[in-house]
Amino acid sequence: MLNYNVVVIGGGPAGLAAAIEAKKNGVDNILVIERDRELGGILQQCIHNGFGLHEFKEELTGPEYAERFIVELRNMGIEYKLDTMVLDMNQNKTISAINSTDGFMNIQAKAIVLAMGCRERTRGAISIPGARPAGVFTAGTAQRFVNMEGYMVGKKVVILGSGDIGLIMARRMTLEGAQVQAVAELMPFSGGLTRNIVQCLDDYGIPLLLSHTITEIKGRDRVEGIVIAQVDEKFKPIPGTEKEFECDTLLLSVGLIPENELSVQAGVDMDRITSGPIVNEAMETNIEGVFACGNVVHVHDLVDFVTAESRRAGASAAKYVNNELKKEGTTLKTEGKNGVRYIVPQVVRPENIDKTLDLFMRVDNVYHNVEMVVKIDGKEVKRMKKRHVAPGEMESVKIKKEDLSCADGSKIEVYLEKEACLKKEVYLEKEGA
Amino acid sequence: MYDVAVIGAGIAGTFIARELTKYDLKIVLIDKDTDISNGTTKANSAIVHAGYDAKDGTLKGLLNAKGNAMYDKVCTELDVPFKRIGSFVIATNEEEMESVRDLYERGIKNNIPNMKILTEEEVKEMEPNLSKDIIGALYAPTAGIVSPWELSVALAENAGDNGCEIRLETEVTDMKKEDDKFVIDTNHGEIEAKYIFNCAGVYADKINEMVGEKTFEIVPTRGQYNILDKSVGSLVNHVIFQAPTKSGKGVLVAPTVHGNLLVGPDAEGLDDREALETTSERIGFIREKSRKTTDKIDFRKTITSFSGLRAKPSTGDFIIEESKDASGFINVAGIESPGLSAAPAIAEYAIDIFRNINTDLKDNENFNPTRKPVIRFMELSDEEKAEIIKKDSRYGTIICRCENITEGEIVDCINRNAGGKTVDAIKRRVRPGMGRCQGGFCGPRVMEILARELKEDIKNIVKDSRKSYILTEETKQA
Repeated sequence: MLNYNVVVIGGGPAGLAAAIEAKKNGVDNILVIERDRELGGILQQCIHNGFGLHEFKEELTGPEYAERFIVELRNMGIEYKLDTMVLDMNQNKTISAINSTDGFMNIQAKAIVLAMGCRERTRGAISIPGARPAGVFTAGTAQRFVNMEGYMVGKKVVILGSGDIGLIMARRMTLEGAQVQAVAELMPFSGGLTRNIVQCLDDYGIPLLLSHTITEIKGRDRVEGIVIAQVDEKFKPIPGTEKEFECDTLLLSVGLIPENELSVQAGVDMDRITSGPIVNEAMETNIEGVFACGNVVHVHDLVDFVTAESRRAGASAAKYVNNELKKEGTTLKTEGKNGVRYIVPQVVRPENIDKTLDLFMRVDNVYHNVEMVVKIDGKEVKRMKKRHVAPGEMESVKIKKEDLSCADGSKIEVYLEKEACLKKEVYLEKEGA
Repeated sequence: MYDVAVIGAGIAGTFIARELTKYDLKIVLIDKDTDISNGTTKANSAIVHAGYDAKDGTLKGLLNAKGNAMYDKVCTELDVPFKRIGSFVIATNEEEMESVRDLYERGIKNNIPNMKILTEEEVKEMEPNLSKDIIGALYAPTAGIVSPWELSVALAENAGDNGCEIRLETEVTDMKKEDDKFVIDTNHGEIEAKYIFNCAGVYADKINEMVGEKTFEIVPTRGQYNILDKSVGSLVNHVIFQAPTKSGKGVLVAPTVHGNLLVGPDAEGLDDREALETTSERIGFIREKSRKTTDKIDFRKTITSFSGLRAKPSTGDFIIEESKDASGFINVAGIESPGLSAAPAIAEYAIDIFRNINTDLKDNENFNPTRKPVIRFMELSDEEKAEIIKKDSRYGTIICRCENITEGEIVDCINRNAGGKTVDAIKRRVRPGMGRCQGGFCGPRVMEILARELKEDIKNIVKDSRKSYILTEETKQA
């Protein structure tokens, strides 16, 4: 049995930041377990820039951003194992893992940080009908092939889904000489950052077809064509609007799902909306001493936010190991409603808050000129004007510690007052999307 | 010159090829595809039916129950996953109960063991997640689930180990009967054989017509399915059929041997023998139909949808007989459901015909019924896992993170007889890409291993058919 104070599962940006922060908070004997061949996670295949604007006030590429943390981790002497897969984890914080050099390992941890990231939704998950030829890739798999392995996956491309990876791959494929015919998006708005729509589609004249979906994939050996149709308000294809695009490749950017198979199997309670663990202000799950951070908790739009969240998890894990995390005191629950889809953390223990509590949330639609209201135990404590909110851009709220002094079981509610809000159609016109 | 050529490496062809290796014969197994089991065998309900369904007096009736009983032995010999979990035929009203009782009666005639008609309470006790509307069911404990392509691959491998030659990507384009032999034209030249087994699935009528008059026709009949994540695989414990009614047969809901949930199929007669497309209309139809069995299926957990083609014969029954126009040519055609269940008995029946024609057969004294065991890493104990990694470090590298498949397992399945040569072939054998990420993470790694083991350029690694290329060229900076 190997023994560690903190074991971090996942060596991507979340795991790296958590491990470094745990060390900075006075804990030694930390292990990072990474299943891939290198540290850095998916950042290693994100060779475009735009990372680190919040964190470093400069624009880095994914590998550059990762490198800063990898160097820091190494300099601190934090141990890590690559090509290592965790097979099992239990409530006693015993982990079994394998790799080809150490073989089968049993590892006992005092605290565990879950940082496994997320995976992409697939063609099967969204049931795109038609043939099953080669040439259908998730945008991330294509990104790995093109950016890391050095191979092109096609010459004439259609993309479904306007999430950030889809948008970025539209540009990347274009720069590599492929012809990107269109990006189709089921929703009436893009799921990606506005800057990516401008820089990846508009700059290259790639059309974005909102409220559209794929109704058929053609070609029995390799993709030969994609049929795209417009959808109605219930997302059903409108007959007669079908248009066939001749192409050899379909890239899918249709959503990310936190990878929590290990968490679920260990008995971590999950949030149905985020598909991640239910966590408290310390990023601790229902299993004492098991923390979670990054995309395994909820899908973030910027790695900078992942880093910030993971630092909290790492610091909390260190506190836990040093018996400094307070368990007693009142517990509040957070609840998003009326336009707010979810809030992280879901549970708050005011005892552990130093000065302010940060809540992170996503809205369920595009709204203009709304007010975001926070109520604690029925009492309004904050009200903010928002000119523009969208599901693709995470919102956050700071709450002062003194506002949290209320009874056990009280609720922190966040909602949108939408009287002044403009309909999404107007938004689309205005943005010219 | 071969003694026997088996055309078609599906479940019937591979069973027959393996059965033939028990004799001292020079045998060749031919298939047009890049892999064993690539036709009807790769896409069906994966059920070993108990055998109450077929009418007595038919070949289906004769061979289903017989084949079912043979499953334990062959799956043990070949180390293939098979679970005898039993089946239900559920009824939601008196008319359907009537049809359940008819099936029971038919089952008695077909000698199906231990069947029972369950009361509403018994159904609920054994299957708590089923619809509240169910008033009773036929229970047949001998029904089972199997991995059809793993079985077919294992049969081919064992046939290969016992001396059968396997020629894939070999398409029969024409055939003529000469005095004492058949000359088969293929895309890879001529093949001569004294005897032919026609196991060509949806093309069996075309192959038959190369040497004789048209005596039957195959109507490819498409069925579409949904396959769901393992997290919902234990929704039901048995294979759940709906009672047949005037409006059709209903759909089934069943766990798979690997713990997923399978829902389907519908039935759609087609002209096209390659039409493996799915359609949103039909997928919607099977989902809707499944609600009669249970409304607890969370279709958001769908991993993939697929369709298969049944080789529906115009005669309504299996066609297993020597051609009247060409002696030595044995048709094994129209093997639609319950073909998988009956397959071991179909092979035995077909071999009996062959032995009547060819009376001086000698036994193959070196026949070995077992194959080298397959290491399924995740099924090992912790100690065994530690041990195997020590012996071969490739078992310490996980390639597929959804199904936890190691590099060792992938390399092994490539290098066996009838080994996998394409991404889909590897997926069928050891499951990387079968999980919830559908190969998003492991796909590039599997291609890399295939390229290395086959000593091929990675650009030549295909998904399934030779034309299903994955990579087009190197990137500009590569």
